[in-house]
Amino acid sequence: MEWSGAVSLGAMTQRITRDEVVHVARLARLSLSDAEIDEFTGQLGDILEHAADIEALDVGDVEPTSHPLPMVNVLRPDELRPALDRDLLLSQAPAAEDGQFRVPPILGEEP
Amino acid sequence: MTMHEPSLPKEWELVVGLEVHVELATKTKLFCGCENKFSHIPNTLICPTCVGLPGSLPVMNEKAVEFAMRLGRALGCEIHPSVMARKNYFYPDMAKDFQTTQYDQPTNADGQLALADGTVVGIERAHIEEDAGKTTHVGGGGRINDATYSLVDYNRAGVPLVEIVSRPDIRTVEHAKAYVSELRDILLAIEVSDAKMEEGSMRVDANVSVRPTGSDELRTRCELKNINSVRSLGRAIEYEARRHVDLYTNGEAPRQETRHWDEEGGRSTAGRSKEDADDYRYFQEPDLVPLAPTSEQIAEIDASMPVLPAARRARLGERSSVADEVIVTVVERGQDGLALGAIEAGADADKVLTRIQNDLAVDDWSAVTSESLAMLIQMETGGELTATQAKQVLGEMAAGEHGGDPKAIAAAHGFEAMESDELETLVDQLIVDHPDEWSRFVGGDDGDRKKMQGFFTGQIMKATKGQADGRAVAQLLGQKSAG
Repeated sequence: MEWSGAVSLGAMTQRITRDEVVHVARLARLSLSDAEIDEFTGQLGDILEHAADIEALDVGDVEPTSHPLPMVNVLRPDELRPALDRDLLLSQAPAAEDGQFRVPPILGEEP
Repeated sequence: MTMHEPSLPKEWELVVGLEVHVELATKTKLFCGCENKFSHIPNTLICPTCVGLPGSLPVMNEKAVEFAMRLGRALGCEIHPSVMARKNYFYPDMAKDFQTTQYDQPTNADGQLALADGTVVGIERAHIEEDAGKTTHVGGGGRINDATYSLVDYNRAGVPLVEIVSRPDIRTVEHAKAYVSELRDILLAIEVSDAKMEEGSMRVDANVSVRPTGSDELRTRCELKNINSVRSLGRAIEYEARRHVDLYTNGEAPRQETRHWDEEGGRSTAGRSKEDADDYRYFQEPDLVPLAPTSEQIAEIDASMPVLPAARRARLGERSSVADEVIVTVVERGQDGLALGAIEAGADADKVLTRIQNDLAVDDWSAVTSESLAMLIQMETGGELTATQAKQVLGEMAAGEHGGDPKAIAAAHGFEAMESDELETLVDQLIVDHPDEWSRFVGGDDGDRKKMQGFFTGQIMKATKGQADGRAVAQLLGQKSAG
């Protein structure tokens, strides 16, 4: 499973590298200064360190708790509900045109 | 299935896997109660959930889940408990900045689809996900690369989809096309989607690679997008496979990437590179609880499953000896139930099938019943109607004339079987009236004989107002000239 190719809990000396932080920041379109990259590399390392403590335990018998509530199959009937007023919604957007949301050019932008 | 398929050089083998997105025909979207339909007026089928407003929460549509499982079972998949996942990416077609989909725990896995010729293609998975909105690029000729800005319509955002991922089991262009046709027929039979490629409710992406014939390696593949028809699918795969062969032949290799099929230009062009784009940082969707279908639910779905196209074809195949294409067409048009009923009512199977294929309207034939069709075919085989008359009567049956009753329609036209001695008298008279033509028929070369047969048949048809049976006339002329 590759939840994130960039983060490996296996590295013992350094939990996360500076390059990995830069990569993840780029994927999240975050623009970080050099100082921030250093700061977050340390902070993320601490978080991964904490996760590693748990990793050391044998949790083979413990059910994963991605969802804390013991609930499944929460479904709704296939019934129509009223739509939102378009003009009201578009009035909340930074830019609109012809009843549509107007967004900056999609390709070519880098953080 | 042979057709003219310009094949690859025989040292190379085609390897194709298909990813088909199908819009489910629910009334509402996957996670909210907005209407699931096409609208030309942008952003009118939206709510806080499908435009990703803060604080909104998704709730899964039970019909969409049922349809997805139905499709899974029709493809022979195992149904598993599943969780939804967020696929994170930055593109404004999803206002949330992620698509809610299934990742490592899809609802349906490990199925197969059998093509009309018996080839089996493995199905890796068929998972539930939401559709994205529609972007229109403004400026730069409408191309995304050169646009000055884009406009977004979220009407389609959140429409329920199932993505059906095949294994790379497809080896020919014809099989790829047959896979899509078969899948469409199944979707229509189980009534979960209208499956129209041209309108985008069924979208096909093709993963194409080639390998040296005889090897079982999987080489670098390219994913082809923007394929809008079955024909276009064939052209795109063929182009792409040749491109790969050319690259390898020149000592180069293709790059793993998404490519855009340009139908007008007949070529594919590079899109984003795949390695980079695949870093979607999937994680489990915390706002939705897992789906855990019970064995009762699955049993209920299985029990309600209609007979699928493959079995319907087999059913007609066992009862007739017509060409496979005839059966494929009749089943595709959904006229097989009609045919089966007529055959069971005692009509000749081959005649029923060919008559339906050739002469029954594709669009509206609801006025024709198995009983009336059986009666018509029996009238034809019994000599009450000629082939031409039967065709005409069937057309009027489909139009609902005279209550769709073939006897009444035939009677209204004065169609009735001509006694054979009556026909013979006519033929004898014609021979007397046209001695020159007759001697050319009897003594002429093949061309003459053919021409004169046409002449005499025409005369007889004229005299009988088209009611004579052409075959009987030909037979009589033959007998007379021999004797």
